[in-house]
Amino acid sequence: MIALLLRDLRLALRAGGGFGLGLGFYLVLATLVPLAVGPQPDLLAPIAPGILWLGALLACLLSLDRLWALDAEDGSLDLLATSPLPLEGAATVKALGHWLTTGLPLTVIAAPLSLLLFLPTQALPWLVISLAVGTPALSWLGTFGAALTVGLKRGSLLLSLLVLPLYIPTLVFGAEVVRRGGEGLSVATPLAILGAISLGCLAILPFATGAALRANLR
Amino acid sequence: MSLWEYANPRRFMALSAAVLPWTWGLAIALCAVGLTWGFFFTPEDFRMGHSVKIIYIHVPSAFIAINAWFMMLVTSLIWLIRRHHVSALAARAAAPVGLIMTAVALLTGAIWGKPMWGTYWEWDPRLTSFLILGLFYLGYIALWSAIEEADQAADLTSILCLVGTVFAVLSRYAAQFWNQGLHQGASLSLDKEENVADVFWLPLVVSLAGFVVLFLALVLLRTRTEIRRRRLHALTLRDRLA
Repeated sequence: MIALLLRDLRLALRAGGGFGLGLGFYLVLATLVPLAVGPQPDLLAPIAPGILWLGALLACLLSLDRLWALDAEDGSLDLLATSPLPLEGAATVKALGHWLTTGLPLTVIAAPLSLLLFLPTQALPWLVISLAVGTPALSWLGTFGAALTVGLKRGSLLLSLLVLPLYIPTLVFGAEVVRRGGEGLSVATPLAILGAISLGCLAILPFATGAALRANLR
Repeated sequence: MSLWEYANPRRFMALSAAVLPWTWGLAIALCAVGLTWGFFFTPEDFRMGHSVKIIYIHVPSAFIAINAWFMMLVTSLIWLIRRHHVSALAARAAAPVGLIMTAVALLTGAIWGKPMWGTYWEWDPRLTSFLILGLFYLGYIALWSAIEEADQAADLTSILCLVGTVFAVLSRYAAQFWNQGLHQGASLSLDKEENVADVFWLPLVVSLAGFVVLFLALVLLRTRTEIRRRRLHALTLRDRLA
């Protein structure tokens, strides 16, 4: 499992693919929003939590279609399926690798980007915390969606249609944590639900992903 | 007679051919009675006037839209556990009907919302979760049509349906958490106190039954079409090989 994780991380870092791309996309999005709606701080500050969460979600989505597709193309997915490691374990490792190369960097880079959008200072820690708690759910859901569409030729468009509705609860509670944090309200309820969604995804989705991969490999 | 016998498409075709005309007849009769009664023989509501009559389409279509997904969940489970082929096809057949019913519920709601709330659309939890339900239907149908191999498509869409159910329900509560609503509460719950008044309730129940039977007829019809399409496909393949 560790070998698989290290291989995935190495591929992500050296092939120069998803790792930089997702972050670059996030930066571009945070730049384009003020250009589109105007530079006034009183206009940007209220929508900043939503934009930052939406950007993280879309950046996550970008790197998903390569997640299983590359392995399916060069045949290493078949090797994974025949290896002693169950596919559920492989799914967990893949999702973890995706989170380490996408979710975690996004969480880190969100703090400087929030300055561009005039996010209130007291909301900043909650932005980082909510992204850290919520992005695992995005990675695990994305791994599941990518497993569903792995056999398809034009899977990436379908993938976003399948995965984005699944992201809705995470987005709602994540952005709510930041909004409440910015207004100085209690964030305990949405944060707890966000954590529950992430933990539920961690517990259940590897099985769904494994089943989807098995159906695709048959 | 058991459910499992009808995993054989020929048995299913024989039974559904016998049942389908009766189902259509009953659906048309119930809808005609319920809608006519509702439109022409009920008093006007003292606050809403004429516009209350749209309830006889709005509520049944919303009811079907939700329960079609529930039916897909059950049939998907039956397919995953017992490899009941007709069950997988029934799930596929129900999805577009559910999507149309979602659209009908949203549209009639918009038409009703304009005179009552002064707006076609409001980000009310119920409206929002219906829109999200529509998105789930879209993804499900798109996945079905994207995969060529039939059993594989049935497997993958069933898994999507199971996961999608969890997240559709979660989205419903997320939407409730996120915004307060304009929409009234339950109009059909078993708790008598919450219901609409009896004059409106009786025709509503009749048209609701009509929509349920109509849904049944449409799903049977679409399942039969799908079985025939498969048979045709198999025959053309056999011809090509010969």
